[in-house]
Amino acid sequence: MTSANQIRMPAGGASASPAGPHKAGRESARRADNRRKWYEIIGLTTPAVVIYVMFVLVPMGFAVYYSLFRWRGVGPPTEFVGLRNYTLAFQDPIFLDALRNNAIIVFGSLLIQGPIALGVALLLNRRFRGRAVFRLLVFVPYVLAEVTVGIMWKLLLTDQGTVDALLRSLGMGGLVQAWLADLDVVIWTLLAVLTWKYVGFAIILLLAGLSNVPDELTEAAAIDGASWWQIQRHVTIPLLGPTIRIWMFLSMIGSLQIFDMIWVTSVPAVRSLGASATMATYMVDNGFFARLWGYGNAVAVILFVISFVAALLFQRFLLRRDIEGAITGRAK
Amino acid sequence: MAVNTVLPPSTGRRQVSWGTPLTYALALAIAAVSIAPVLYVVIGGFRTTPQIVADPAGLPDPFVWDNYARVLTQSNFWQQAFNSAVIALGTTLAVVVLGLAAAFVLARYHFRGREGLYTFFTLGLLFPAGAAILPLYLMLRDLNLINSYYAVILPQVAFSLPLTIVILRPFLSAIPRELEDAAAIDGASRLGFLWRVAMPLSRPALVTVGVLAFVASWNSFLLPLLVLSDVNLHTLPLGVQNFSSQYTTDTAGVLAFTSLAMLPALLFFTLAEKQIVGGLQGAVKG
Repeated sequence: MTSANQIRMPAGGASASPAGPHKAGRESARRADNRRKWYEIIGLTTPAVVIYVMFVLVPMGFAVYYSLFRWRGVGPPTEFVGLRNYTLAFQDPIFLDALRNNAIIVFGSLLIQGPIALGVALLLNRRFRGRAVFRLLVFVPYVLAEVTVGIMWKLLLTDQGTVDALLRSLGMGGLVQAWLADLDVVIWTLLAVLTWKYVGFAIILLLAGLSNVPDELTEAAAIDGASWWQIQRHVTIPLLGPTIRIWMFLSMIGSLQIFDMIWVTSVPAVRSLGASATMATYMVDNGFFARLWGYGNAVAVILFVISFVAALLFQRFLLRRDIEGAITGRAK
Repeated sequence: MAVNTVLPPSTGRRQVSWGTPLTYALALAIAAVSIAPVLYVVIGGFRTTPQIVADPAGLPDPFVWDNYARVLTQSNFWQQAFNSAVIALGTTLAVVVLGLAAAFVLARYHFRGREGLYTFFTLGLLFPAGAAILPLYLMLRDLNLINSYYAVILPQVAFSLPLTIVILRPFLSAIPRELEDAAAIDGASRLGFLWRVAMPLSRPALVTVGVLAFVASWNSFLLPLLVLSDVNLHTLPLGVQNFSSQYTTDTAGVLAFTSLAMLPALLFFTLAEKQIVGGLQGAVKG
């Protein structure tokens, strides 16, 4: 008690006592250190902040501005048209087709890839010899560049091509279609190709999630006499909830802005009729190649707003618990 | 008796055992679907176009090396591979350096506005990168960067930073405070701590973000498509696309070019599979 007081005393009286200069020296050293700390904070974060703001945020701001003009991209935009580009977009049947196609891809990807990925992940989560090789092979489509995959499927699906020959040799010649040319078929062909390309991503995420399920739980269930399927159904899959929701989120955002695969795989003529267009290909076709810069930027803003609202809704209703656990929990 | 029937399987599970025939049948079927198209492209490159037209699903007979030789000697393949490599390495280096610097501050410094700055970066994860491509093109045009490596590298760095920071920050936060104090007692400044302690310790995470940035850059298509109109600057994805639309009748050549373009990604993936999968796991866990 007294010793504590004695220690505290000099410090407490310092401001008035002759010991003042000593303390002031320490204080100024502390200030100098504080100043240096701020220099470091600013010096280390500025490059990242500048690049991020300049190439991610600023362009989006410009898109909003340009979208209010009718502009061919030469000289500064002068012909202000207000929101006309937006109303034009929603009156264009091709753009509405693109919207519908994006919706098909968003929901089709979730409904088809989800169950397939879950089944494959559960299978490849079993312990058996050679599992590592199978895992590696399943990820191959996901790692290949979109462009090479697109060209590959374009060749395979060409008229009288390999897929057709294969179907005929299996006695299913009746299924043969003009896969990429038939306006009613092409979007479903593309959905199948996208499934082939991206299901590996879902499998990687689910396998990562499965590796977090403790062995003790499944072993306890096995000892209680549960079958393999009962264990998956009642123990493993419920524990995968957060991983599945994060995959759904990433898949949704990716599907909304999908460009590469559609652009490369589909035929331009079919795309220009809307049968295989997406918001992103429509935006690039009109804004960049047809040089309707004001209009293209309006489509960019629409694409951005739709993605952002979808992301926020998803976050609000489905992801909130996971994000709280993952991001805020970690940050502390 | 009851105990005996239960125990063997549960102890057997601990070792890596042979799976049931059904497991293998399913796994083989899945693997076949995944790589059969790729194998078809690679093998197709060893056939001639008339062979392919006559029998699309056949095997090379006779084996022809000419397509691959032609692509490697007569096309721009090497130039394009070089451009892809420069852009991917530049992107990776910049992402890792800038991401590490920013994540270090966000993890190890206490200051007002820190969480705000972090949220500011994580917002980029929600941002559809493709949506900003048109205004981005206009901006790069005004900066006179069109047809330069920078036109691809700088935006790619910007778009990779959020994920990089989200992966690196928890890693850097987890370094014990005692290590920082010990470094300070040994006379190291905070920057010295970053250079000598934090950076070596976070090497696995740095490799992961580096690999993710590299693969994304190597495969990217939309940005180079718009900003690299100069054929001498084209990257491999642009090269594949151009070759296939220029030589539509040369199916065998297109197959050969496509498989050669796949090769680096496949090799890289086989070597770095752990990092890629680890990185995605890290991303899942936030």
